[in-house]
Amino acid sequence: MKIELNGEAREGVATITEAVAAVTDARRGIAVALNGEVVPRSEWDRPLADGDAVEVLTATQGG
Amino acid sequence: MEPLKIADKTFTSRLILGTGGAANHARLAEAITASGTELVTVALRRVDPSASGSLLDVIERCGVDLLPNTAGCFTAEQAVRTARLAREAFGTNWIKLEVIGDEDTLLPDPVELLEAAETLVADGFTVLPYTSDDPVLARRLEDVGCAAVMPLAAPIGTGLGIRNPHNMALICEHASVPVICDAGIGTASDAAQAMELGCAGVLLATAVTRAADPALMAAAMRDAVNAGRAARLAGRIPKRHLANASSSFEGMADL
Repeated sequence: MKIELNGEAREGVATITEAVAAVTDARRGIAVALNGEVVPRSEWDRPLADGDAVEVLTATQGG
Repeated sequence: MEPLKIADKTFTSRLILGTGGAANHARLAEAITASGTELVTVALRRVDPSASGSLLDVIERCGVDLLPNTAGCFTAEQAVRTARLAREAFGTNWIKLEVIGDEDTLLPDPVELLEAAETLVADGFTVLPYTSDDPVLARRLEDVGCAAVMPLAAPIGTGLGIRNPHNMALICEHASVPVICDAGIGTASDAAQAMELGCAGVLLATAVTRAADPALMAAAMRDAVNAGRAARLAGRIPKRHLANASSSFEGMADL
């Protein structure tokens, strides 16, 4: 199964929890969008499907 | 001086600091502390696995509140999604709403902005929209339930100061929510002028973070906002065309 994680192709990532762990150790200040829609933390264990686009986001400097 | 009230929160400082443009976290922390601010903005971006240190830790150590923004969004849909992600990430329903309409000037897109504001208010957000200095648009944003309006002084990052003081004053006169002057401030006198015109607060980033000495400029902005507010409350003298002697001519010696 191939997904897109923060704009890059990835394989071997089955859930959002795994996707988050693949890019950061942080557990707070993180939000996830699946195919453009926010996924609450309580649903991070739901399985991903082939072609899903996952965005893992956090705070950066900005005005 | 009386505190600034926005929605359910009260702030002693009337300066909101944007964190964009700081050279590093240490310089940013110094600037936040020197500014006396109680509220700082952050953007939401992809996590950078190589990033060292957490911006959230810096903000927490400084003891200030966080105001996420929707910077970089060009449509209402994008901005609404970003706001919802920010709420999930930071556990706040406050959002600095930015919907940009032009890449070169970064001026707001009023149509998309109003639509996004209406959607987010209905979704329970406390919406602080970055808007153009248009009194009619400011009123429309207030009408849809925004907690404040944040007209620009000048385009983001230009440091040009208040390009249309008349419009800024009109917005302040008619608004019944706090007016925060946002973007385009270059130096301390610009911030003071915003307050003298009747703004309830000033939001600025680049003017501090990209100053040669950010902490010193942050302190200057703190003082300018306080001075401008005091001058506004004190009631300035009317401008006159000709001189008006402050020393009486009565009792002049015949020399």
